[in-house]
Amino acid sequence: MATKSAKSAKKPNVSSEELMEHYRQMLLIRRFEEKAGQLYGMGLIGGFCHLYIGQEAVVVGLEAAADEGDKRVTSYRDHGHMLACGMDPNGVMAELTGREGGYSKGKGGSMHMFSKEKHFYGGHGIVGAQVPIGAGLAFADKYLGNDRVSFAYFGDGAANQGQVYETFNMASLWELPVIFVIENNQYAMGTSVQRASKTPDIYTRGLGFGIPGEAVDGMDVLAVKAAGEKAVAHCRAGKGPYILEMKTYRYRGHSMSDPAKYRTRDEVQKMREERDCIEQVRDMLLTGRHASEDELKAIDKDIKAIVNESAEFAKTSPEPALDELWTDIYAD
Amino acid sequence: MATEILMPALSPTMEEGTLAKWLVKEGDTVASGDIIAEIETDKATMEFEAIDEGVVGKLLIAEGTEGVKVNTPIAIIGEAGEDMSAPAEPAATAPAAAEAPAAAPATAAAPAAPVVDSSPDYPEGTPMKTQTVREAIRDAMAEEMRRDDTVYLMGEEVAEYQGAYKVSQGMLDEFGARRVIDTPITEHGFAGIATGSSFAGLRPIVEFMTFNFAMQAIDHIINSAAKTLYMSGGQMGAPMVFRGPNGAAARVGAQHSQDYAAWYASIPGLKVVMPYSAADAKGLMKTAIRDNNPVIFLENEILYGKSSEVPDMDDFTIPFGKARTWRTGSDATIVSWGIGMTYALEAAEKLAEEGIECDVIDLRTLRPIDYDAVIASVQKTNRCVIVEEGFPVGSLANHMASAIMERAFDYLDAPVLSLTGKDVPMPYAANLEKFALITTDEVVAGVKQIAYR
Repeated sequence: MATKSAKSAKKPNVSSEELMEHYRQMLLIRRFEEKAGQLYGMGLIGGFCHLYIGQEAVVVGLEAAADEGDKRVTSYRDHGHMLACGMDPNGVMAELTGREGGYSKGKGGSMHMFSKEKHFYGGHGIVGAQVPIGAGLAFADKYLGNDRVSFAYFGDGAANQGQVYETFNMASLWELPVIFVIENNQYAMGTSVQRASKTPDIYTRGLGFGIPGEAVDGMDVLAVKAAGEKAVAHCRAGKGPYILEMKTYRYRGHSMSDPAKYRTRDEVQKMREERDCIEQVRDMLLTGRHASEDELKAIDKDIKAIVNESAEFAKTSPEPALDELWTDIYAD
Repeated sequence: MATEILMPALSPTMEEGTLAKWLVKEGDTVASGDIIAEIETDKATMEFEAIDEGVVGKLLIAEGTEGVKVNTPIAIIGEAGEDMSAPAEPAATAPAAAEAPAAAPATAAAPAAPVVDSSPDYPEGTPMKTQTVREAIRDAMAEEMRRDDTVYLMGEEVAEYQGAYKVSQGMLDEFGARRVIDTPITEHGFAGIATGSSFAGLRPIVEFMTFNFAMQAIDHIINSAAKTLYMSGGQMGAPMVFRGPNGAAARVGAQHSQDYAAWYASIPGLKVVMPYSAADAKGLMKTAIRDNNPVIFLENEILYGKSSEVPDMDDFTIPFGKARTWRTGSDATIVSWGIGMTYALEAAEKLAEEGIECDVIDLRTLRPIDYDAVIASVQKTNRCVIVEEGFPVGSLANHMASAIMERAFDYLDAPVLSLTGKDVPMPYAANLEKFALITTDEVVAGVKQIAYR
């Protein structure tokens, strides 16, 4: 299994700085999401709000494998991807509260956010639609002769959409430099993967289209990064698409209004206690003497400050001016 | 420092809820993520988690309490040993409601006087050549592809087969397989790929073998291409063209014969073009390819082979939102576009023989629409019919009738008539198909009806 070999190979080679950075990034996402949940509870965030808590290792590991100019697109569970690719937490949080200082000036919301500067192409609200869009980003790079790769993230639920397979076929046929990242968090809203997919390993569905792929322990940031580097090298070498199926888990409900009756409290608790991606790195940092408790506390404090500042910004940034209703419908 | 825990909103519509059960008691230590209460919302019973670690100081609302408003303090959490009997730090409150938009003025302003752009599409004396609509579209695409390397053509049978309707004839030879791309039969997928490529700097032309098949792709046309500029606050959009034959051809039945003009014209973020003549097809296609927005370009299989005069000049473009007046008369206005112009012009010819002279206006683009040209004409003729191939309910003809009523009500001497296709799926039988479509005779009868002749 790729998962196992990646695991055994990685530990000696990782630097303290790298581990600390992974810890920092994952913690930022977790604390940011907890704060978003809190603001939602206070009525400051409206509509749908899908939290990424539990899945942090996936985006942090893959962003560590990406280079400048590589592109990414994902679904509506997008806050983690935006923070991991370097977007400003203030701009993301202010978009969640629908304010002028948000990435889309308050007009997109949690599910629809973009950053041209960071090559983040959404935040897409229609399940599965980001998959051909991601292949389209890769199409543009190939057409223009750039050696960039694109990451198209989607869930185990989206993996059952027809357009995913239409895209697999064309991406393979045209050898597009796109990495299909299946974030298999075990539940498509309230439907477990066993109840929706005949094949438990979704990455194997790429084989019929000639796309290589593998399952990865998505709770282990180093395994994710190692698999990401392999996939990036494959795409960058012009060998066409690659599939990474991240076996991961979301701790929170599908969205804020999910009563989560489809799984037991024990199942979630067990995952948190035994597999948590942040705790794993924290243990590595402490047992490997890469960092002291005090250094980790200092990181926690920094992150808390960043997140609190983003919440403050998101609360105080004004609502968009009413004439914003009429802008950005057409480009000149 | 002690903080208040507030009654959370746990769904987009929740305003109050029942505090069904406390899962902690005063004095308990909680960590971030611990479930502290069960709350019944309007939809379901939800678990409520602690955000910060601390000690539960006081439970302010007893379990079982119904109708607890969102943002009411329900508990106090603080550090161990802290005195939490004092009022806690006030928690942030929900934002004030958005400033109400200014009320609409009580008295309606007088409708604006129409401003008509009647400038010619090309300079007088320009040499002309006779071309089919098919050739005009091909030339427009080829000229723009020579001009801009980011423009490419993608679709089923566009390359080696030379186009299902031969519109892209010769383009593979000139531009090669990098820029003229045959796709598998997979409209949803390739519309999405093309849209993604437009976000990243390319300017795709997507050919649908017919717009009937674009229904498989309509999610990308609308949700991905048309809305992204707005949703991204202007950061990125989809400069691209979706084109292909639209509407009825001949005897191809219900699934291959629908006119989608009204559907696409209802979407903010799209531009919609439906040319009738070869010159308009050429000039509008060049404008569409250069436009920085997604453009729906509705062609027609019956019109592909029709020849007409096209200006023979280097860079012939026609701006969107500018109608063309094909003939003038003072007795009635006939408004149409695309294939509907065939019936409009034939009817005007017949009516002229009977002494009824009509303005015949070709809208050419359906988003934006040149309302002013229509209003100015109606102010002159005081009567109007609108001719459309598509279904009657929710039609563009209905929309135009409403616009005329709003801006030229006082000028009307008769009701505005919507002359559309019948409210039935397209039948196959030759006689029924003919009966389902709008005909020249129906347009003649309609104009006579409103002219009281």
